[in-house]
Amino acid sequence: MNENATKNGALVDVEGVDKIFHRGSEDIHVLSGLNLRVPGGEFLALMGPSGSGKSTLLNLIGGLDRPTRGTVTIGGEKVDQLSDHALAFWRSRHIGFVFQLYNLMPMLTAERNVELPLLLTHLSRSERARHVESALTAVGLSHRTKHYPRTLSGGEQQRVGIARAIVTDPTLLLCDEPTGDLDRKSGDEILDLLQGLNREHGKTIVMVTHDPHASARASRTIYLNKGQLSNEPLK
Amino acid sequence: MAGPINWFSQIASITKFGLMSVPQRRGAVAATVVGIAGVVAVLAGVLSIAAGFRQAMTVSGAPDGAIVLRSGADSEMVSGFGHDETRIIADAPGIARSADGPLASSELYVIIDLPKRSTGTDANVPLRGVEPAALQVRDNLKVVQGRMFEWGKDEVIVGRGAAQEFAGLDVGSTIQVGRYQWPVVGMFSANGGVAESEIWTDAKVLQAAYNRGDSFQSVSVRLNSPETFQTFKDWLTSNPQLNVQAIRQSDYYAQQSQTLTLLITTLGYLIASLMAIGAVFGALNTMYSAVAARTREIATLRALGFGGGAVIVSLVLESLLLALAGGVIGGALAYVAFNNIHTSTINFQSFSQVTFAFKVTPRLLIQGIIWALLIGLIGGLFPAWRAARLPIAAALREL
Amino acid sequence: MKFFYLVWSNLRRKKLRTSLTLLSVVVAFMLFGLLAAIQEALVGGVALAGADRLIVREKVSIINLLPASYEARMERIPGVDFATHQTWFGGIYQDPKNFFMQNPVEPEKFLKIHPEFILPADEEKAWLATRTGAIVGRRTAERFGWKIGDKVPIRSTIWTLPDGSYTWTFDIVGIFDGKDKGTDTTPLFFRYDYFDEARDQGSQSWGRGKVGWYTIRIKDPSQAAEVARRVDDEFANSSAETKTEPEGAFIQAWASQIGNIVLIVAAILGAVFFTILLVTGNTMAQAVRERTGELGVLKAIGFTNARIMALVLAESCLLAIIGGITGLGLARAITPVVAQKLAGLLPLFFLPTRALFIGLGLSIALGLVTGIVPALVAMRLRVADALRRM
Repeated sequence: MNENATKNGALVDVEGVDKIFHRGSEDIHVLSGLNLRVPGGEFLALMGPSGSGKSTLLNLIGGLDRPTRGTVTIGGEKVDQLSDHALAFWRSRHIGFVFQLYNLMPMLTAERNVELPLLLTHLSRSERARHVESALTAVGLSHRTKHYPRTLSGGEQQRVGIARAIVTDPTLLLCDEPTGDLDRKSGDEILDLLQGLNREHGKTIVMVTHDPHASARASRTIYLNKGQLSNEPLK
Repeated sequence: MAGPINWFSQIASITKFGLMSVPQRRGAVAATVVGIAGVVAVLAGVLSIAAGFRQAMTVSGAPDGAIVLRSGADSEMVSGFGHDETRIIADAPGIARSADGPLASSELYVIIDLPKRSTGTDANVPLRGVEPAALQVRDNLKVVQGRMFEWGKDEVIVGRGAAQEFAGLDVGSTIQVGRYQWPVVGMFSANGGVAESEIWTDAKVLQAAYNRGDSFQSVSVRLNSPETFQTFKDWLTSNPQLNVQAIRQSDYYAQQSQTLTLLITTLGYLIASLMAIGAVFGALNTMYSAVAARTREIATLRALGFGGGAVIVSLVLESLLLALAGGVIGGALAYVAFNNIHTSTINFQSFSQVTFAFKVTPRLLIQGIIWALLIGLIGGLFPAWRAARLPIAAALREL
Repeated sequence: MKFFYLVWSNLRRKKLRTSLTLLSVVVAFMLFGLLAAIQEALVGGVALAGADRLIVREKVSIINLLPASYEARMERIPGVDFATHQTWFGGIYQDPKNFFMQNPVEPEKFLKIHPEFILPADEEKAWLATRTGAIVGRRTAERFGWKIGDKVPIRSTIWTLPDGSYTWTFDIVGIFDGKDKGTDTTPLFFRYDYFDEARDQGSQSWGRGKVGWYTIRIKDPSQAAEVARRVDDEFANSSAETKTEPEGAFIQAWASQIGNIVLIVAAILGAVFFTILLVTGNTMAQAVRERTGELGVLKAIGFTNARIMALVLAESCLLAIIGGITGLGLARAITPVVAQKLAGLLPLFFLPTRALFIGLGLSIALGLVTGIVPALVAMRLRVADALRRM
């Protein structure tokens, strides 16, 4: 549980980041000179039109990709400089991902899905079981632990996804359109969960969304357009 | 609106779409075709050994040829008669005659050790003593290199097969056996038959060299016609001075090769069957995944109105076409790799080597193609059946 | 292994595909077992040859006989422990298809020189006491249902009895077993003294006092070549010259006569495994392609590249090993059945233990080879791309 602040007190510090993708002979500048600071305990919503680079930014923060230029510092750790191997290790300790399409393993039960990140630790089987149980209870699915994803509703699957994301008690939760595939009611339940995690358990959350309903639940919303951040939506 | 012509054109279209998508799935397609080609190639290869061996044996037996052995002997090796008996046999009715007398050759043979070219180790090669009529008694025998040996001299001629398989039998060289030296003065061919595995010399010379006195082991004759065999045989067996049996040459060679042919054929089919079963599983595997990959496409066709039956038929047809390709490739491979490969092996029954060539016969190639088609049929039928019975709506949604 | 269920559940994803691939592997290894048995049957005898035994035969031709009087001379040669002989009887029991070897031997010396034949002491005694007695190997005894006390008629194609008939009758006084799995227990052995007196001395004058071949036991196996040379020198200018060689060399030469069996078997196996490789490799490649998204998720969670690669390899190896063990097990179960069918053609037909271990090694190799390329692909997946593709 690394809550070390960076030099200016933020948990997430993105500084001067460019991200350029090469498509054939073309260079696409997705992010340019981007700066972002996320203090610990914040629930940040990241909005913007499609193609604006929201997911790219999220990937950079989560160590799934490296910036072309600039630095990404999370909890004092210069993430952009870690080797692939070290990055994987770091992710397993510090990041929890929640995906739009849940991304559960179809041939594993809910509890086995949640257990996955714990396999990378040195916990014993019984310790792992305890963590899994408390994660599933926290998302309200303790009665569905042995179900396979195909027998769960969309909302329930996403809750399993969240349970998996929090089971290692990570520093940061990164959510990519978590309610994008859910109906209003289920979506609300998910947002309640996320808010609860943020307010009651102090989890720092960065959530990409294009749904204003979702961003309303966040403590701060920023807008990304053409690779640039602003506090105001584009007019 | 679905009359028979419509149905056929449906099948044609679906099959055409299927074949057009082959480039996209070339990995899986290649796997199936190569798998079937492999099975057919091994099948044809292994069975070509038996086919070749059998051919060498049957070519050896002329329909109007017969061989006389001592009664009770099951092979030439354990048979024996004296000179007088052979004279009586040569006078039997039914034997064809030439200007020089009856076409009957009294013969004996010994087994000598010669090194096999392929392994360098010794092998048992038959050295046969014959009489002048021997060349006419057997079919298709001609001296193709050098000359015939001189009667009464320590000279030999070697069969083409023997010269190929064993070392030291080139025309002009000399074979050293015990205290004797046998110069090789010629090479003969016999249409690939058993005689080609042998070395020949004058029977009298061989008797002297091996202390056989005046005894022989067999008499080979040429009859007037295949039908006179019965007369010939009856005369011999009812003759009180003789204790012999007469066998048609073709029957004799068939008997002599029975064990070996049975062994090779049994093992060959056992191996080939297992391979075919394996190929069926492989084909099923690739067909199921091929069909699964096209579930949505097939469902769309059905939604558009193509019949379920037509879908099944065209999928099976596609599988058969791939299998056919595999079968043809496999057959061609087997032919190129195995046909006419010359070899020799020990015939347990005669205790001596028989040289022969692997033969990938047309019959084997057809057999191979049939196996390929069967594998293609089974491999295609079940996946096709399943694809056609999927509920359309569900299939359309499937990613 | 806490990751086991992850690997296992991956295999269970597409049950049909996994089963079919598994079945292909099973069949391939059944073939491997079968071919190993065939190879052992045809050329395996060499390994069991006695290191301290030499075979002496007539130099010019194997079918020529040697004088029985040579035995005493052989035993006087330095390095020779003792010598005994056997002769080809060429007998048929009921039907030529029921082929097995029957040889007249000198009982005591024979059993001494062949310690691989296990005969109970009381049966040995009975044999020494019964002139017409014969001992038969377990395999042939079981095949024809012979028991001790049975009288067995065998028709020789070469040797006649004094009354001119070819049918000899022997009393079964013992049944012997083989020490090793590969010991041939199909032959029947009877007494030379009975044979020698009874064979019709008249019409078979060429056979009188002659025997087929000798087996010599030497005192020191490392002296084999030297002693062999001495034996041949001893008879170099006699009426029948000899060719003496170690038993292993003799069997090897005999096996080589069959042809290059080893090569043919290897070629077939090569074709089979190549095909299997394609099928299994294709399956594994497909499986990884389909799971790109999932693999991306695992990487996102923090599974390292190395771990991902290990997961894929574990999957292909598990598949290959399960298939391999099943196939080998089935081959082992089937060989006795096939052996029955081939009884007259091949006296020995079994799956040597050595082949089982080789087969196991091959299955592991198969797993690694079919998994390596998909594993590398999985390892190199860029997480962001992979997630997008889910």
